[in-house]
Amino acid sequence: MSTWQVERQEGEDGEVTLSVAEGTPLSPWDAGAALRIVGTPRTRLEGVEKVTGSAQYAYDVRLAGQLYAGILRSPHPHARLTRVDTTAAAALPGVHAVISLADAPDIDWYDDSKLFDPTLRFAGDEVAAVAAEDEDIVADALRLVVAEYEPLPFAIDIVAALAPGATPIHEGGNVESEKTYERGDVEAGLRAADVTFDRVLTTQTAIHHSLEPHGCTVAWEGEGVTVWESTQSIFDVRQQVAEKLGLGESQVRVIKQHMGGGFGSKQIVWKQTVIAALLAKRSGRPVQLMLDREGESLAVGNRNPTRQRLRLGATADGTLTAIDVTIHQAIGAHSAGGEGSNTAGLYQTLYACPNVRTSQTGVYTNTGPAVAFRAPGYVEAAFALETGMDDLARQLGMDPLALRLTNYTGDDQSKEMPFSQPDGLRACYEKATVAFGWGETIEQPAESHRRRGVGIAAHHWVGGAGDPPGYAWVKLNPDGRADIITGTQDIGTGTRTGLAMVAAEELGFTLDQVTFHLGDTALGPYAPVSSGSATMATIGPAIRAAAAEAKAELLAAAAAFLEEPVERLSVRDGLIRVAGEPEDRATPVAAVTGSMSPHMIQTQGARGGNPEDVSIQTFGVQCAEVEVDTRTGEVTILRVVAAHDCGRIINPTTVDSQVIGGVTQGIGFALTEERVVDAATGIVLNANLEEYKVPTVSDIPGIQNVHVGIPDLKANPTGSKGIGEPPLIPTAPAIANAVFDAVGVRFYDLPLSRSRVVDALAARERQGMPA
Amino acid sequence: MGRHRHTVTLTINGETHDLAVEPRRTLLDALRDDVSLTGTKKVCDMGNCGACTVLVEGQAMYSCLLLAVDCQGLSVTTIEGLGHDGQLDPIQRAFIEADAFQCGFCTPGQVMSLRGLLDATPSPSDEQIERAVTGNLCRCGAYLHIIDAGRRAVVLDREAKEVRDVHVAG
Repeated sequence: MSTWQVERQEGEDGEVTLSVAEGTPLSPWDAGAALRIVGTPRTRLEGVEKVTGSAQYAYDVRLAGQLYAGILRSPHPHARLTRVDTTAAAALPGVHAVISLADAPDIDWYDDSKLFDPTLRFAGDEVAAVAAEDEDIVADALRLVVAEYEPLPFAIDIVAALAPGATPIHEGGNVESEKTYERGDVEAGLRAADVTFDRVLTTQTAIHHSLEPHGCTVAWEGEGVTVWESTQSIFDVRQQVAEKLGLGESQVRVIKQHMGGGFGSKQIVWKQTVIAALLAKRSGRPVQLMLDREGESLAVGNRNPTRQRLRLGATADGTLTAIDVTIHQAIGAHSAGGEGSNTAGLYQTLYACPNVRTSQTGVYTNTGPAVAFRAPGYVEAAFALETGMDDLARQLGMDPLALRLTNYTGDDQSKEMPFSQPDGLRACYEKATVAFGWGETIEQPAESHRRRGVGIAAHHWVGGAGDPPGYAWVKLNPDGRADIITGTQDIGTGTRTGLAMVAAEELGFTLDQVTFHLGDTALGPYAPVSSGSATMATIGPAIRAAAAEAKAELLAAAAAFLEEPVERLSVRDGLIRVAGEPEDRATPVAAVTGSMSPHMIQTQGARGGNPEDVSIQTFGVQCAEVEVDTRTGEVTILRVVAAHDCGRIINPTTVDSQVIGGVTQGIGFALTEERVVDAATGIVLNANLEEYKVPTVSDIPGIQNVHVGIPDLKANPTGSKGIGEPPLIPTAPAIANAVFDAVGVRFYDLPLSRSRVVDALAARERQGMPA
Repeated sequence: MGRHRHTVTLTINGETHDLAVEPRRTLLDALRDDVSLTGTKKVCDMGNCGACTVLVEGQAMYSCLLLAVDCQGLSVTTIEGLGHDGQLDPIQRAFIEADAFQCGFCTPGQVMSLRGLLDATPSPSDEQIERAVTGNLCRCGAYLHIIDAGRRAVVLDREAKEVRDVHVAG
């Protein structure tokens, strides 16, 4: 049975908070557990809805009298809004509401700013918004808004923002945050090294480009409001909308059944949700406000660009003696919140090293605010660290795999405790390199301008462990079917299916005896944001707990119904069986649940706490083979093999899709994706899907996901950890290392665009080095 | 309103619709907002991504690049128009079997691009399958499974056609 304990804590300011410890003790499904559903490949529960177009996304809500809305954005990277006049826009036939600095309520936003602020800090900052009867009228009305600006000096990148005399983007200057970490003595470690690496590496700004833009549909009913939002967190939207509008949480209902991609960018509440709510209030009509592709590119998050000076040292046998990194990352015009971009984390944890120093500085720039993008920080750090490791291996004449294994650790050195699965990364190395054929000679094409190479990269990831709180309900209906209800959301990752499998497994039901409900704050219990690869590991145990309790009650009822001792009863494939009795005498669950109608078995499960003596991490290794055309600089990915430790694999089908999808995004990050800002004007030059190059079907090679699948029995009672973010982390460095292997030129800056590659090859030729 | 609207008659999924639209109204907006067929998705609105792909007179087209008034008298098939007698279209079945989507937002466009291909070319090569969806972006990165779905769909489509032919002959 579940436990629930509450403890009073009083802060220095006298504020009282209650901390809650709860959970249902469950023995983990160990490696020998005979599981019938978990671990088997299953197609998605929502498949039919998605292939028929009936799946309702926020963009697809159509309400009676619904208006459409749009936002006017600043054309300047930094300016004072000296005048805004929406009179003509408001007078346009078909326009029902406008909002701007001239008449907006005083609502705080970001650090020290407002929903509509007189200071505009990036090209794309919100200036005004209108709601009208169709999207064409919205566009006409936005053109009629009169806005006058006094341009201010601006800084669009790290170097400019930190230069002496740079324009301060916020009071207090352009340093947003500083974090340092140190263990051992890196200078002594570097002195003890036989080989060193010392380089500045940079990674670019990437845009999430979820195909469904950010946005929502909002409808008021009295003092309550319903928000259909494209979000990774219905409960955070509820809390934020309530706070910004001065409502109670229970006056706000947030619904999200399907979402067209988020990748981190939809884990916080952005301005347009509150703007839409205000427009709906003013017009007395439901309002849909979905961003256009330009707004999506400018204003609702990006992967922060980084500049990392990395120093590594190793002795002749490959033992790392020092890791020293100084990281600057441009967080854009505002601290947007959400999952932090912990670029320093990988350096502190991936390799055994006694001497580590990290320094991470967040820098304000006059560009759109950054927000978590699938494994924030780790993707950026992996490029730099794994490039450096590859370079050390070359200097030492060691195999890059051997160098990594030499510095293997089963301990989290920053937390000074073992990993919950100390052999997870080792298994990834083995699985990936065996499947890839690491160490085998690759065949070079006959044409001398086509050069092939292979590369490897590894990672750990701080996410995937899951945390309390998170809840689920189970309801056994008279017809013998189970409803599973939770307030989490399926962000496209297969959450519904994986969690339904956990429920069916624990109940002893078939998967089609389970109906899954999520994505509605009014109808389901609390679940946290879907971020940090945490949903399976947070909600899976809660569902297992609720299902275990429901099964116990079901068996007790069955014992009475069948007049058998409960110890002899079990449930399998939706049938209640009596030990020792023939299979064909099994009793359908419905016979028992129907006989107690209208009484029903209804239970709640809560996510318990994590163990305090181990560090729960996820791990992965990828190997890539590439071909470089030395005449054009084109890098073609020939194949990628991935092996990731996500604990027990609940649904191999959706894990494969996650890994293949992550590698695909990684290929884009490695080769083509980059937000380009014009240095002279501060304007984003490729705020669209024409000139911002995401991978197409023709860019993607064979990607093989090798299952690791070691249940992490210390992590939680399902033994499963997250796989959402990790597959993107090692892809770019594996590719960059393969490019070096192919052409002998090291790249320290991403992306490996054709121009960058061809320029580097030309520069080498000019230096008279052999091609 | 004083807005200049034209009446345009479209055959959408076999049904006749008379719409009063401004000349600048795209077929995409007409489908989604005037007819409430929201299966067709709006992503880039400028012909870069393929999420709005529909069949116009049997040809896969980006509906964001077509004006509704230019489609007078034409036959349009959207994702909602696929499938017969309550059965999924073979391509839809193949997408589910191959797990050829994650978020699903690009899926209607991908399916319609392949429907256009298979209607014209019942036994396409792998290259033709790839070519058919090369203008359909998938940000979740399901491309490998989309190609797999295309291959499966060729087989399923042939089987479905044989069943239909038997019914017709019978």
